[in-house]
Amino acid sequence: MKTDNLTIADKTFQSRLFTGTGKFSNSKIMRDAIRASESELVTVALKRVNATDLGDDILTHLNHPSIHLLPNTSGVRTAEEAVFAAQLSREALHTNWVKLEIHPDPKYLLPDPIETLKAAEMLVKAGFVVMPYIHADPVLCKRLEDVGVQCVMPLGAPIGSNKGLKTLDFLEIIIAQSNVPVIVDAGIGSPSHAAQAMELGADAVLVNTAIAVSQNPIAMGTAFKLAVEAGRLAYNAKLAPPKNTAEASSPLTSFLNL
Amino acid sequence: MSHFKTVLDAYNWDDTLQSIYNKTAEDVKRALGKDKRDLEDFKALISPAAKPYLESMAQQSQQLTKKRFGNTIQMYAPMYLSNECQNICTYCGFSMTNKIPRRTLTDAEILKETAFLKSKGYDHILLVTGEANRTVGVQYLKHAIALIRSQFSNITIEVQPLDQDEYELLISQGLYAVLVYQETYHRDAYKKHHPKGKKSNFDYRLDTPDRLGKAGIHKIGLGSLYGLEDWRADSFFTALHFKHLQKTYWKTKYSMSFPRLRPFSGGLEPKVEMTDSDLVQLICAFRLLDEDLELSMSTRESEVFRDHIVNLGITSISAESKTNPGGYVVEKQSLEQFEISDERSTESFTKMLKSKGLEVVWKDWENNWQ
Repeated sequence: MKTDNLTIADKTFQSRLFTGTGKFSNSKIMRDAIRASESELVTVALKRVNATDLGDDILTHLNHPSIHLLPNTSGVRTAEEAVFAAQLSREALHTNWVKLEIHPDPKYLLPDPIETLKAAEMLVKAGFVVMPYIHADPVLCKRLEDVGVQCVMPLGAPIGSNKGLKTLDFLEIIIAQSNVPVIVDAGIGSPSHAAQAMELGADAVLVNTAIAVSQNPIAMGTAFKLAVEAGRLAYNAKLAPPKNTAEASSPLTSFLNL
Repeated sequence: MSHFKTVLDAYNWDDTLQSIYNKTAEDVKRALGKDKRDLEDFKALISPAAKPYLESMAQQSQQLTKKRFGNTIQMYAPMYLSNECQNICTYCGFSMTNKIPRRTLTDAEILKETAFLKSKGYDHILLVTGEANRTVGVQYLKHAIALIRSQFSNITIEVQPLDQDEYELLISQGLYAVLVYQETYHRDAYKKHHPKGKKSNFDYRLDTPDRLGKAGIHKIGLGSLYGLEDWRADSFFTALHFKHLQKTYWKTKYSMSFPRLRPFSGGLEPKVEMTDSDLVQLICAFRLLDEDLELSMSTRESEVFRDHIVNLGITSISAESKTNPGGYVVEKQSLEQFEISDERSTESFTKMLKSKGLEVVWKDWENNWQ
């Protein structure tokens, strides 16, 4: 059962599950898992593909009409490097969409907020649809919105950690005040994490490691698909309140003589 | 960056009103049980179905206000600079057709009035004028702000809507906040109550907070004039307006005021009565919608009402106010814009606040930062 669609820039997606291409044991399993997930936006690290080679293993397996490629700038450390990477990907992959990732820290791969904001502004001016991967920082999200990004992608936990929504309180604030789609990226380790993000009101989630390193990536792709749909349905259906109505202890409205 | 007009145009007044009146007790209970509430919850909380839950709403409103603002309440004083006005507003004592003596304060008169307010302890001042562009236009306001800037930490205005560059000019001179009420979001009723003058342009007034947001103002005060149309629909559209602005101009703070139509010389009877109970419900509903929103109360309301509402969600309040130019010292008997209800002195009022365990905050801004 499909839920409501999501539009980013000029594209409309039926699936609110975005996926990645790293860490799979081989490209065929990657392809089958992504198809099982019904994901329509798949991020691919520019550093991992040979974009000039028509026979590139990853790109060949992603060649499907329902799959839209989202090149990412993973590996760059500065705004200037990110802009250069985006320009290369636009030329090679014929898309002006870019997932902006700038993480100078090789251990935790945490995004650099200052370089990301700088790069986002330059890329928007250069006509890119910019999807920035960032820490769950509500102020940074608004600053990015101000420079014209098409969505924000705050992390739930360190990338690849599978720890879930450790940034829950900040994600709530970001979702509440965002004028652009919020896609929770990084840290989602199980379908229940994805469902939780969608129940919270996230517009989409991006999942890679949790699918790629499971014992059965194809089944896991399906599980994530169902979880994202369930979470979105629950969000639209409005969750029941988690607590009872407050009980009056000493009347504050008695002066009204009701 | 979308303007609120685009948002408002997607709504129909009658359908909105109907959806508010269709809310059920279950909708109210659901809204009361949530931590974060949306505009559908707000509709439930202002609906007739919420009436039996007023005490619960008040309890939660008090708790949320204490959590966010603590046991404090900010004091401000309005100062009317002029009663000249080129608008016809059916409900206002300053209306152009109302044959009253007109006056605009001179520099010396302004300083006499501010000296009185300073002696009472006020450090946050609200400058008010009618809408007379030639006499109290942007240059007059710029001059007035420069004249009193050293005396007050926080200068707010409630005057005719201005263009973005005019707001930018006043902000550069030390202006902190602007209050601008749409009066009613019902287009036809708005036209009926504002038949003449620049104010009759519904869309220009509606766009004012957007211009303020773009100009980079610190705070925008919103509100409707309750009594012109159904208060439930008007307050919903005010909340919708607030939410749009909050998302778009995220560096700006917001406050909400709750003026009810008051008697004045040659006045208009309210079309729709808003009872004390309705007003409490509305104030609590706004607090439950947003725990950070500043909620402001004027001396339009009675002593009894104000004594209780300060513990229910209000965070800033005036006292001993005069709504006529020169009303504090210069010319106490000039005609008021409307009658106030609570005439207690500042000393008496703040004593009451302290007896309720509230800290009276006089200064909460530093204008030298600008």
